[in-house]
Amino acid sequence: MKAALTRRQVLKMGAAAIAGAAAGASVFAQSERVIKVEARKWVFLPSDIALRKGEPVTLEFTAPEVVMGFNAPDFKVRTDIIPGQVAKVRFTPDKAGTFTFLCDIFCGDGHETMHGTLIVT
Amino acid sequence: MKIDRRQFLQLTALGGGAVLASALPGCSMMPGAGEEADFYFVQLSDTHWGFNGPIVNPDARGTLPKAIAAVNALPVQPDFVIFTGDLTHTTDDGAERRKRMREFKQVVGELKNRNVRFMPGEHDAALDNGGAFKELFGETHYAFDHKGVHFIVLDNVSDPAARIGQAQLDWLKADLAKQSKDARIVVFTHRPLFDLAPEWDWATRDGEQAVALLMPYSNVTVFYGHIHQEHHHMTGHIAHHSAKSLIFPLPAPKSQPKRDPLKWDASQPYRGLGFREVEAETDKAKYDIVELPVVKA
Repeated sequence: MKAALTRRQVLKMGAAAIAGAAAGASVFAQSERVIKVEARKWVFLPSDIALRKGEPVTLEFTAPEVVMGFNAPDFKVRTDIIPGQVAKVRFTPDKAGTFTFLCDIFCGDGHETMHGTLIVT
Repeated sequence: MKIDRRQFLQLTALGGGAVLASALPGCSMMPGAGEEADFYFVQLSDTHWGFNGPIVNPDARGTLPKAIAAVNALPVQPDFVIFTGDLTHTTDDGAERRKRMREFKQVVGELKNRNVRFMPGEHDAALDNGGAFKELFGETHYAFDHKGVHFIVLDNVSDPAARIGQAQLDWLKADLAKQSKDARIVVFTHRPLFDLAPEWDWATRDGEQAVALLMPYSNVTVFYGHIHQEHHHMTGHIAHHSAKSLIFPLPAPKSQPKRDPLKWDASQPYRGLGFREVEAETDKAKYDIVELPVVKA
């Protein structure tokens, strides 16, 4: 057996390595939590969201009625939630506890009670 | 000889009254040539006309008229009265919003003082970008001068995202450029310009930019509303003073998980509600605040 590799063998090995890395990334992506949240007048569904400290999470928001906002100041994450679009925030909770999040775009009669809780354990 | 309002009140309390003040030769509450007079104004805030919630205020339609009567009963009328936003309680119905604003105007029309200024809160303006407010009260941001003090009214509520916005920040910058660095400047806003409690929406998203524009000026004081309680805070040398509400009090910042209104206490009606007078000592750029109740105990 020849020790030297042909150019074709090198390319095949490279492709396999890339595929393996991509598969690994895919497995990682599948393991990351994605939580869908609906923002409607005037409640987040769900309003209590359980997270784990140190574990990345993506929150995916939709708003079927009017423009809303999601703001979790303790983790410095926020986004506008525009009807017809999915808004995403990805973050890693770095502390445990219960933290209030709120709609920070004035959206009507019940705006001031539109908030929820991140419960990080 | 010049006396200020405080001295005048002391004299009247002693029994001399206005007769004494007017009888003293050269005695006047008016400034002499080249002088700026001390004066005072009254700040009322967060009247939320149209609010209905008997648990927190069973006298929602009676509280504002009582406050108006209390202002009218002040022994010396203020130079002006300002309402710092949330004149009306929010409604999704534009017609109802205008109706509440017209009713509010009618109620405050009972003020003896005719120099009354208004600005919106998010309840008045955030759902229509200030449209109804402008129809009934005029511009949402403006400036005026009074006895040596430059007053600036900033709108941080017509944008539902609680931004002042670049256009208004540019206007502020241009307005400030006309002032000397030691000018007496008072700013009125509805929301706090600093991050008091962002998790309770007690902040202005670009408030820091407004504070940065104000920072080079050595005599700046901010009066605001929104948080339904007296609160005092410094950003550098700039003092920020929030006012009580005339509908319901809210809890101290971050003192509990939610910012739910405090319940009405029948044994102490109108507790936590009130308005304030602000005595401006212009030569010292000093503002003495006196908190006053809706009804005297």
